[in-house]
Amino acid sequence: MASSRGTALEARGLSKRYGERRALRDVGFSVEGGELLAIVGPNGAGKTTLLGILAGITAPDEGNVAVPAGEVGWVPQQAALYRRLTVAENLRLFARLEGTDDPDAGVEEMLRQTGLADRRDDQVSELSGGNQQRINIAIGLLARPAVLLLDEPSAGLDPGQRIRLWEFVSERAEAGTTVIYSTHQIEEASHYGDRLLVLADGEVLFDGAFPDLRRQAGDGDGDGDGDGDPEADFVRFLRKHGH
Amino acid sequence: MRWLLLKDLQILRRSPLLTALLVIYPIVLAVLIGFAVSRGPDKPRVAFFNEIATEQGGLDLGESGFSQEAAFDQLCERIECVSVDSRDDALDKVADGDVLAALIIPEDFLDKLQAQLTGSGLDPASVEVHVNEDDPVKARLVDDRIQSLITEANLVLSDEISTQLLNYLDVLVEGGSVDVPILGQSIDVLGLQKSEAVLKAIRTELPPEQQQVVDEVIRFAQLARENLGFADDLLTSVAEPIAVEKQVVEGDVPPLDTFAISVAIAVTLMFVTVLLVAGSLALEREENTFTRLTRGLVGRGGLLVEKIGLGTLCSLVVALVLLGVLELFVHIEWDRIHLILLAILFAGCGFAAMGSAIGVAAREVRASALLAFALALPIAFLSLVPTGTVSATVYDWIRLVTGAFPFRPALDAFSAALSSGGPDLVLPLLHLAILTVAYFALARVALKRFA
Repeated sequence: MASSRGTALEARGLSKRYGERRALRDVGFSVEGGELLAIVGPNGAGKTTLLGILAGITAPDEGNVAVPAGEVGWVPQQAALYRRLTVAENLRLFARLEGTDDPDAGVEEMLRQTGLADRRDDQVSELSGGNQQRINIAIGLLARPAVLLLDEPSAGLDPGQRIRLWEFVSERAEAGTTVIYSTHQIEEASHYGDRLLVLADGEVLFDGAFPDLRRQAGDGDGDGDGDGDPEADFVRFLRKHGH
Repeated sequence: MRWLLLKDLQILRRSPLLTALLVIYPIVLAVLIGFAVSRGPDKPRVAFFNEIATEQGGLDLGESGFSQEAAFDQLCERIECVSVDSRDDALDKVADGDVLAALIIPEDFLDKLQAQLTGSGLDPASVEVHVNEDDPVKARLVDDRIQSLITEANLVLSDEISTQLLNYLDVLVEGGSVDVPILGQSIDVLGLQKSEAVLKAIRTELPPEQQQVVDEVIRFAQLARENLGFADDLLTSVAEPIAVEKQVVEGDVPPLDTFAISVAIAVTLMFVTVLLVAGSLALEREENTFTRLTRGLVGRGGLLVEKIGLGTLCSLVVALVLLGVLELFVHIEWDRIHLILLAILFAGCGFAAMGSAIGVAAREVRASALLAFALALPIAFLSLVPTGTVSATVYDWIRLVTGAFPFRPALDAFSAALSSGGPDLVLPLLHLAILTVAYFALARVALKRFA
């Protein structure tokens, strides 16, 4: 799915502490333009902290982030929308706050991309969780960012809603937007991510494609290609690294 | 920032309950205050039963007398007398709560009073008061009203008696006719003045040794006449021994209507503005939009300014609605509208800034509403505690505490703006401006910390 268009974002030596707890330890990686990078790891691994630093919301104690491709769009885990406003009103408000040249054109484009044009005048509170998340992501795309950060975008969605959500995200990546998302669902990461960045206790354990992770994890029958269950492979991988 | 303000107004429009509260609350409060200040206090309802026979007209105090009918008419001007047919009926009405109290005049009331006045009896005349003290506030009210009425009745009676005594003294000095109720007839009194003249006339016809005796009697009559002249003033002062000369030492007191309106506006703005701003700010966190907004779209300070602007705008609308409705009941000096607007804007800013500090501390709208109520209500009560009702030290502490909140300066600002007889406007406005800046700074620091 990835199409190499040069480095879109590069993180170097990122570290972050919360009191005595070390949330990130010397994390570094880079992503190419149009690439889909999945940041995976168990709860408390440091995924949200890393995304917060990449988004500029949280300042790192050490290290830095370079975004040569341009703007970074950020989509929080829970839909950050005004539930009493309609879909179009939410999009128009954030388009105006983003200072886009033609807010109305931006709204129409996002309504078309999300497939929610027919629900433009519905209040957000009337939408399903999946549709709310699509609007949530669309708001992150209003300023046409080169890199889009998604914090556990599929959390709380049913399987059908997840599939529609990932189709939407994949289309954005195919259109050239670099997408970095966090998830603790390894199946989702292996299916929709070009690359996986595995975090555990704030450290990077793995950076590469899922087949490589599966090979590193090994299996019970000794053929070296895993046992077909991504979750079992991932758990085995973590255990192998002491987690 | 204007887009955020428009968004908040749009959300407000789509929240019918909150909008209804914003509109109805000041109207209801204005109507209540309007009725209260335009009607004055109601008379207490008292069941009145008179056991004295109607043919017994009143007290016989000589020329003027004391009519029981006139006295009871006077009493019923002060209270709402509810006529009852019997003593039991009066007691039932008290027990049922139909009346505040029952006043029963016993059959022997006038006889005992008459006996006291003529010196033929020492048993004091008394009236019966039956009250239903089912709550302490009502009990205190009944006690105060009844005590006040009895005191007034005693004063009326003592005034009548003093007048009658003055008539007796006049007859004693100058001579004349006096009705004696015990004897049931009137007698002629020569009087000291005429006695002195008679003695002087016959003195020359008496031998010298008897003239000396008569001279002593004449001197006594002169002295008695002169001294009894002083008794006039003495008896007049006994009727009203204490006169009140009120001097205002401190405080430019606004008229009662103005104060009531000021309290109404200050209370309304405090609740509406503080709750609205606190809720609106908490909503940004509840909807998860706070981080999205402050990640480069709007500065934290800008967000606070927008919320304070929203609160001030709503304060202006709500206060003008309130004043418009109050105009139906009381006169408002609209030629002072520039000062009134100034007071509303400063008070609105103060309350909105306080609301923003509360909104930052609370993460949810419900929690912010609870916190706003918990803070605002006691502050309003404390701010209305008048001087002299608590000790000086406690009052100083109350002033110190309430000075840290916008309610008291807002109340002073409205009193000053609404009436030329009120306090100075500049100081409360300055106080409100300082509080606005202080609460804004507090909210700004808290926003950084909590975010």
